[in-house]
Amino acid sequence: MNIIVCLKQVPDTETQIKIAPDGQSIVQDDIKWVMNPYDEFGVEEALRLKEKFGGEVTVVGLGPKRATESIRTALAMGADKGILICDDALEGSDSLATAKALAAVIKDLEYDVIFTGQRGVDEDMGIVGASLAEFLGIPQLSLILKVEMAEDGQSVKVQRPVEGQTLVLESNLPVLITAQKGLNEPRYASLPGIMKAKKKPLDEKTLADLGIDPSEVGQNARKLKTLELSSPPERGAGKIVEGETSQEKAAALAKLLHEEAKVI
Amino acid sequence: MAQGVWVVAEERDGEIRKITYEVVSEGRRLADALGQDLTAVLLGSSMKEKAADLGQYGADKVLVADDPRLDPYTTDAYVTVISQLVKANEPAVLLMGASVQGKDLSGRLCARLDVGMAQDCTVFEIQDGNLVATRPIYAGKAYAKVTFENSWPQLATARPNVMPVNEPDSSKSAEVIDADFTLDDAELKTKVVDIIRDAAGKIDLTEAERIVSGGRGMKGPENYEILEKLADLLGGTVGASRAAVDAGWRPQTDQVGQTGKVVSPNLYIACGISGAIQHLAGMGTSKVIVAINKDPDAPIFQKADYGVVGDLFDVVPALTEEITKYL
Repeated sequence: MNIIVCLKQVPDTETQIKIAPDGQSIVQDDIKWVMNPYDEFGVEEALRLKEKFGGEVTVVGLGPKRATESIRTALAMGADKGILICDDALEGSDSLATAKALAAVIKDLEYDVIFTGQRGVDEDMGIVGASLAEFLGIPQLSLILKVEMAEDGQSVKVQRPVEGQTLVLESNLPVLITAQKGLNEPRYASLPGIMKAKKKPLDEKTLADLGIDPSEVGQNARKLKTLELSSPPERGAGKIVEGETSQEKAAALAKLLHEEAKVI
Repeated sequence: MAQGVWVVAEERDGEIRKITYEVVSEGRRLADALGQDLTAVLLGSSMKEKAADLGQYGADKVLVADDPRLDPYTTDAYVTVISQLVKANEPAVLLMGASVQGKDLSGRLCARLDVGMAQDCTVFEIQDGNLVATRPIYAGKAYAKVTFENSWPQLATARPNVMPVNEPDSSKSAEVIDADFTLDDAELKTKVVDIIRDAAGKIDLTEAERIVSGGRGMKGPENYEILEKLADLLGGTVGASRAAVDAGWRPQTDQVGQTGKVVSPNLYIACGISGAIQHLAGMGTSKVIVAINKDPDAPIFQKADYGVVGDLFDVVPALTEEITKYL
């Protein structure tokens, strides 16, 4: 079973986000870049399928050179090879252009399952997986918490929690699955894994390699334009509810919620 | 020239979901700003009799696609039908809820239609005849104001629980139109084989008006009972911090934060949650935030409208008792 995992790098979730003076981007200094947490679930699930069914796990990343680190991390976890789509012209691409570039690489690979994270914890769009599936002409199963591959490796049953219920969905392969948190507990790379990863193949592809015209991607091709970024509205610290005892504090709070905030 | 505002209605088990009323109401405001009609698109099986009621919330027309293969929702069936209807009618704006269904649908639909997509927006406005959307990014650590370029329809999803619902006007009724579409079984590649229902009455965090959340300060899974009690009294639901979920005290679906759910209830009560930045990101758009924590220096107090410094094991039961007086 051949599996592809798409990944990107995002700021660590503990990062404070600061808006750059141009109002169009965030300040990139001092950001610790990590593998998108949802992509990590994809890597782990791919490795588990490989352990059961054999085959190869290929990691496909898109981003600047530094994204190589995250691909190496996935290789150290146990993936077999990596591809980084890296081209200055991709800078500022929107989700559609990103999905097109990924599709251009993946269409020539052999695969049964593709994993992406359900969203990147940066722009929080959650579109790339579904769009990639559309461009490849394969079905998608998004926001998945559980993957059960049929013994014959021909079809898959998955669980998608929706508001108030969980849907059990079934699809034949090939299929694209977007990983939700809770799908699994990603492993850490072992020291031997890290050593081995250094020797695993990691190719870089430019737009020219993929036959994509630079005008189709990047800032100028965006269909969704950013007008400006801003900091969230300040939410100043409110009142500390006073009282001698917990009961008094609770009584004062209930009164405030009723009379002032009017939420009860 | 693309014309008209469209919203995609969401139904489950034959009932229109609340998010639909939110997007219909918001769609009405945008349609008025543009001076255009509002059309709701309702897909499902035997849903027609529910269609006219959407007029009470502001829809001028409801386009009904009726087919057993449209119930329950599947990506392939919905994308196929909606993309056909959009191509035939060319609406200027297409909105839906950023529910799980809306997120699944919009991601594929934007690629099928080759249009830009703005996910999980909290504010919509019309500027120079175009849709401008504000959306939290980095789970709310920043906001992006976005618009569309050479991209029709302007496709966006609305964060649940944020857009106000219009007071229904029972004198109004929408014109119901049968949609013209074709659906080929060969296009339907995934199927719903089972539906596992959550415990009765459990409200999803993204839809809850009131949330009582517990973090590391809860000390163990057995102690959530006091939060359940308060949440039940408030008609709300219980959430958890990442620390509590990672410790295995609460299920993943309860997690609020950057790698969990982003919530916007009217009232968010954080109990024993210190307020790590990734948690604050997930609940920052709540209307009223209450923090109950022993540590007066906990960062959560910087975001809270009301803070109680105290032992949650005393304060929460006392609060439950006190709130009873106002209900």
